Amino acid sequence: MASEIFKIAAVQLRPILLVLSLIVLYRGHNEPGGGFIGGIMAGMGFVLYAMAVGVEKARKSRTIKPVSFMGLGLFFALISGLFAPFSGVGLFMQGVWTEIELPWGSAIKLGTPLLFDAGVYLLVTGMITSIMYAIMEE
Amino acid sequence: MTVLIPVIIPLSAIVLLIATRRWLIAQYIISMISMTVLVINALSLLTTLQLKGYLTYQASGWPAPFGITLIADQFSAIMLLAVAVVGWLVMMYAIGFVDAARKKAGFFILVQGLFAGVNGALVTGDLFNLYVWFEVMIMASFVLITHGAEKQQLRGAVKYVVLNLIGSVFLVSTIGLVYSKTGTLNMAQLAMMIQQQDVSELMNSYLMLFFIAFGIKAAVFPFFFWLPASYPTPPIAITAFFSATLTKVGVYTIIRFYSLYVDHDGFAWKEIILWMAAATMIFGVLMAASSFDFRKILSFHIISQIGYMIMGLGIFTINSLAGAVFFVVHNMFSKTAAFMAAGLVYKLRGTYELKDSGWVYKDKPLFALLFFLPALSLAGLPPTSGFFGKLFLILAGFESEDWAITITALVVSIFTLFSMVKIWNEVYWKKPAEHTVLSHQPVKVNLLPVAATVAIVLLMLLPGVFAGSLFGYFSRAAAQLMDVESYIKAVFP
Amino acid sequence: MEVFIALIIGFLYGASVYMFLRRSIVKLVLGIIFLSHATNLLLFSTGGFLRGSPPFVDEVGSDASLPVADPLPQALVLTALVISLGVTAFSLVLIYRFYKETGSVDLDELAQMEKK
Repeated sequence: MASEIFKIAAVQLRPILLVLSLIVLYRGHNEPGGGFIGGIMAGMGFVLYAMAVGVEKARKSRTIKPVSFMGLGLFFALISGLFAPFSGVGLFMQGVWTEIELPWGSAIKLGTPLLFDAGVYLLVTGMITSIMYAIMEE
Repeated sequence: MTVLIPVIIPLSAIVLLIATRRWLIAQYIISMISMTVLVINALSLLTTLQLKGYLTYQASGWPAPFGITLIADQFSAIMLLAVAVVGWLVMMYAIGFVDAARKKAGFFILVQGLFAGVNGALVTGDLFNLYVWFEVMIMASFVLITHGAEKQQLRGAVKYVVLNLIGSVFLVSTIGLVYSKTGTLNMAQLAMMIQQQDVSELMNSYLMLFFIAFGIKAAVFPFFFWLPASYPTPPIAITAFFSATLTKVGVYTIIRFYSLYVDHDGFAWKEIILWMAAATMIFGVLMAASSFDFRKILSFHIISQIGYMIMGLGIFTINSLAGAVFFVVHNMFSKTAAFMAAGLVYKLRGTYELKDSGWVYKDKPLFALLFFLPALSLAGLPPTSGFFGKLFLILAGFESEDWAITITALVVSIFTLFSMVKIWNEVYWKKPAEHTVLSHQPVKVNLLPVAATVAIVLLMLLPGVFAGSLFGYFSRAAAQLMDVESYIKAVFP
Repeated sequence: MEVFIALIIGFLYGASVYMFLRRSIVKLVLGIIFLSHATNLLLFSTGGFLRGSPPFVDEVGSDASLPVADPLPQALVLTALVISLGVTAFSLVLIYRFYKETGSVDLDELAQMEKK
C-alpha cells in the first residue's frame, strides 16, 4: 500500500462513498438499491481508508466501533419490527408509513421498512469493517 | 405474541449485550434475565397450548400463505421449554467456567444468537424462514466453536463449518426446488397440497433432500462425521450448549417434516428411517467404545442416542413418537449434565484423557455422583429418565413388531453401559498413574458451575419420577403431531 | 435461457465439489464461494424467466392477461446473498487464522504432522 495516488484517493473516497451509500439506501425504497448494497459501499469506504492509512489509525479515527454499528443495526431492525405492535397499529413487522411535507411542495415517505433497511445498512457496514479490520490487523 | 417472544427476547438481549459489552457483570445479568424470560414464556406457552392446541402468529399482518407464519404446537412448546431450562443452567455454568478472555470477546452475545436461531427454528411455519433461523444458529455456532482460536479448535472447526455449510446448501436448494414446483413456502400449505395430491411424485425426492439436509444437522448415520471432529474441541461449556441445542433442533425438524409430509405407507420411508436409526446407534456406540477421551466418548454417544430418537420416529405410532419426544427431552438434560460433569473433572485434573486421570471419587465424591447419575441415565438404568425413555421406545417397537430395530436398541444400550463403566473406572475409580496427577495443580472450582451441575442432575431425575404423567402428556403432543389436518386448520382458519 | 442457467448451476456445483475435494483449504473456500453462487442462482431461477414483465402492475389500466414476474425469488436471493456473504467472510477469517496457527494450508500435510 505504498502508492501515494492510492492513499490520497482512498482518503478522498471515504466521504464520497459514505454519501453515495446513504443515497443508495434511501433510493432502495422504490428503485434498485437498499440497505445491503448501501452497507457494502459504506463498509468499502472504511476499508479503503484503512488500507491507505493503516488499521490502527483507521480504528482511532472512528468514534463508533464496528461492533457498535452491528448492535445499532440490530436495534433499528428490532424497533422497526416492534413499532407496529407497540403503537397498536398492527402485528410484528407490519409496515407503518408517514408522509412528511417538504416546504417546496414535494413529500418524502418514511416508514418502518426504511428503518429496517437502515438497520441492515448499519449491520452490514459493521460486519464488513470488523471482519476486514480483523484480517488486515495481522 | 407468546409465539414471537422466544425470538424477540434473545435478539433484544444481543442489542443490550453489545451496548454493555465492557461490563461483565451486566453481561451476566442480561444473559440470565433473557434465559429466565424464555423459561417463563415457554411455561405460559405450554399451559396456553393445553387449552388451545395451536398458537399461530402471522408476522407483518399478511394472511397465511403470503406472510411468514409462526406456529407453536405442544411438541415445539416442549422443545422450547427444555431448551430454555437447559440453557438457563448451562448459562449459569458458563459464567463460572469460561475464561475471562473469551467472555470479553462476545461469548454471551454469541450464545444469545444461538438461542435466537434455535427458538426461531422451533416456532417457524415457513420453509425459508426455517432456513434463515438455521443459518442464524449455525453462524453463531461457527463463531462459538472457533472462539478463542486454539489450534485444536480451528482444526475441528474447518470440518464443522464445511459440513454444516453443505447441509445448509442442501436445505436452501431444496427449498428453491420446492418453491419452483409448488409455488409455496408455507409449511401448512405444502402439507395441504400433498394431501390433495396437487404435487408430483417428485415430492419424495425433495423430501429425501430435506432429510439429507436435516440429517447433517442432526448427525444421523451417513452424515455424522463433523460431530466427533468438532464437538470435543471448544471449552466444554460451549459443547454443553451445543449438545442441548444443535442436533436436537435437527431432530425436531426431521420429526416435524416426517409427520407433516411423508406418506408413511408409500415408498420405503419406514425402512429407510429405521435403517438409518440402527446404523446411527451402532456406529456411534462402537466409535465411543474405541475412544479414550472423556469428551469424545460423550460426543459419540450423542450420535448413538440420536439413533434412538430417529427410531421412535421411524416406527411412527403414537407411543413410539411420544417415546421419541421423551427421549429427546431426556437426552438434552442427561447429555448436557454429563458434559458439565466432565468439565468439573477437567478443572480438577486438567485433562480429558481417561488414562491420565483417576481417583476423582476419592478426592471429590460429589463430582463422582454428578457423573454417576447422568451416566446411569444415558445407559438407561432404572430409576433414571433414560430407563423410561428406552423403555417407551422398546415397548413401542415390540407393539408394532419391528423386532430388528428393537433388538438393536437393546444391544446398543449394553454397549453404552460399557462406555459409561469405562469412564467411571478410569476417571473416578482407578488409582492414577504417579506422574500425571501430581503434575497438575487442581484449579479452584467455582461454586457456580457445581451448583448448576447439581441442579441439572436433579432436574434430569425428575422425568424418571414423573415418567407416567409426562408420558401421557407427550402422547398428546405426539397425537397432535400426527394430526396434520388440524395443523393445516390452525394456519388456514 | 432456462437451459443455459441450468447448465451454469450444474457447472458451479461441479466446480465447487471439485474444489472441496482438493487438499488446500484455500481451495476449500473457493469451493464454498462457488457453492453459494450456485445456490443463489438456483433460487433466482425458481421464479422462472419472464422478460419485460414487472412483478407489480398499475392499479389503472393494467392488463390482467399479461404475465407477471414473481417478486419472491428476488427477496429470497437477497436474503441468501447476505447469508453467503457472512459465511464467506467468516470462512476467509477462519482459514487465515488456521494458516497463522498451523503454518500450513494443506489438510493432508496437517494430518501427517498430527500423527508424528
